[in-house]
Amino acid sequence: MSGILNVLGIGLCLIGAGFFLAGTVGLLRFPDSLCRLHALTKADNLGLGFMVLGLAVESDSLAVAGKLALIWLLALLAGASACYLIARTTVHDPGGGPE
Amino acid sequence: MIALIFDGVLAVTLVALAWRVLAAPDAFEAVVVFITLGLLMALAWGRLAAPDIALAEAAVGAGLTGVLLLDTLGALPHGSPPAQAAAHAEIRGRGWPARVATGLLATTLGAAVLSLEPRPSLLAGQVSAHLGQSGVSHPVTAVLLNFRGYDTWLELGVLLIAIIGVLALRGSTRLSGETLARPPAVLAWLIRVLTPLILMVAGYLLWLGKHAAGGAFQAGVVLGAAGVLLWLAGWHPVAREWLWKVLWVIGFLGFIAAGLGQLLAGANWLEYPPETAATFILCLELGAAISIGATLAGLFIALHFPPRENLSGGPNERRP
Amino acid sequence: MIEQNQIYGIAAVLLFCVGLHGVATRPEMVRKVIALNIMGAGVFLFLISVAWQGARAPADPVPQAMVLTGIVVAVSASAFALGLVRRLAGLAEESAAEHGESPAAPPKEDPK
Repeated sequence: MSGILNVLGIGLCLIGAGFFLAGTVGLLRFPDSLCRLHALTKADNLGLGFMVLGLAVESDSLAVAGKLALIWLLALLAGASACYLIARTTVHDPGGGPE
Repeated sequence: MIALIFDGVLAVTLVALAWRVLAAPDAFEAVVVFITLGLLMALAWGRLAAPDIALAEAAVGAGLTGVLLLDTLGALPHGSPPAQAAAHAEIRGRGWPARVATGLLATTLGAAVLSLEPRPSLLAGQVSAHLGQSGVSHPVTAVLLNFRGYDTWLELGVLLIAIIGVLALRGSTRLSGETLARPPAVLAWLIRVLTPLILMVAGYLLWLGKHAAGGAFQAGVVLGAAGVLLWLAGWHPVAREWLWKVLWVIGFLGFIAAGLGQLLAGANWLEYPPETAATFILCLELGAAISIGATLAGLFIALHFPPRENLSGGPNERRP
Repeated sequence: MIEQNQIYGIAAVLLFCVGLHGVATRPEMVRKVIALNIMGAGVFLFLISVAWQGARAPADPVPQAMVLTGIVVAVSASAFALGLVRRLAGLAEESAAEHGESPAAPPKEDPK
């Protein structure tokens, strides 16, 4: 049983890593700020989500899994708000420069 | 074996990122890569079994230093990008003595590092032997707050000197007087939600230092980050000028009070009796965390406002 | 076979040297402050690589405490350095504007 859980955990983490890779490639290759934000938020939500799921499967207790889920929720919150603020600046104030 | 490969890849990435930070012609890119370097350093600390430092580096090295650098970049006058790139390229043609000298230094130091013999550390043994009398069960906290409390006290003094210096450069100690711009609604909502959570995390880290990685420094830098976030969202983190000053000095004065108290009670400076050491450490850690947080937030806010005009020319009137 | 902490020791030496090279050769002030921070990171990494005591034992706590203090001191020193950089830039801008503005005007007092 624990062997299956191990394999499942590693598999989920690998899927999460795949999303992070896709997000990084998107950051480097997409032409526009808004497109890059789109790629980054996928990495943030899904990539981190799968990683957290994989780590929760590997962890021994429900408390640790709960803490990991909380971390994921906070990262979602911060990521979504940051994405909105950057997009807002890009659309409304594009000449701002490196502020 | 795989772990060693991971360590090797991480080490190479750290050096490559550091090179990119200094070789990038665009200053903004340099700062962003520097923040990434800080995050990867936190990974390296984790690999070297130093979780306290990983926590502090992630908050301060990557976070606060990056914010200070970005803020400074925004305030400085930028040259046009072709002029910047030209100035950046100008130095590279004439730089070969520096490259040769640095290369020689790197080879010598690298050979010295590889020739170091691993020895068991004497101090680590002494720390473990006396850990029971220190009042806490985490060795790093015991060293920071009890065995070498003198260093922590003077480090709080260095923080005080930094904030005094920045305020002197600025010309005014008023930090709370300006009305700040109204933030976008999403930012205001986010900071309203996050600030109580941040305070709770800071308190948790402070309490955690007794038996696991954590303590006053990590709690202090998290508090500093909370102060900077509040200010960026349009609220003053500390509303009264006198309260700023009190928060800055409370850590330093706490150590002085503890030291004097012990001197008057007949013991040495900052020598806690083993029965009440835990209480001493908790109170001193509280003061230190508050001071560190207030000083870091104060440094950011003080740097953000420009210095006054009439400080640069003496008493005469400058141009209107 | 190379040890884990030796890998990070070499990386620390290289970080220090890259930072030193940056301080010596980059003309922009902010870049020099960043390079000083990188030198500091190299020194801290070296201290902790020396503190490593094998994969099973906890690391030596005394260098960890020193590096923790050092990180906070480095941040406050960087903040002060950035304040000096801003002040320098402000003075340079004022003196450039003053000299470019009206070269025939009576000379004002030099900023001391």
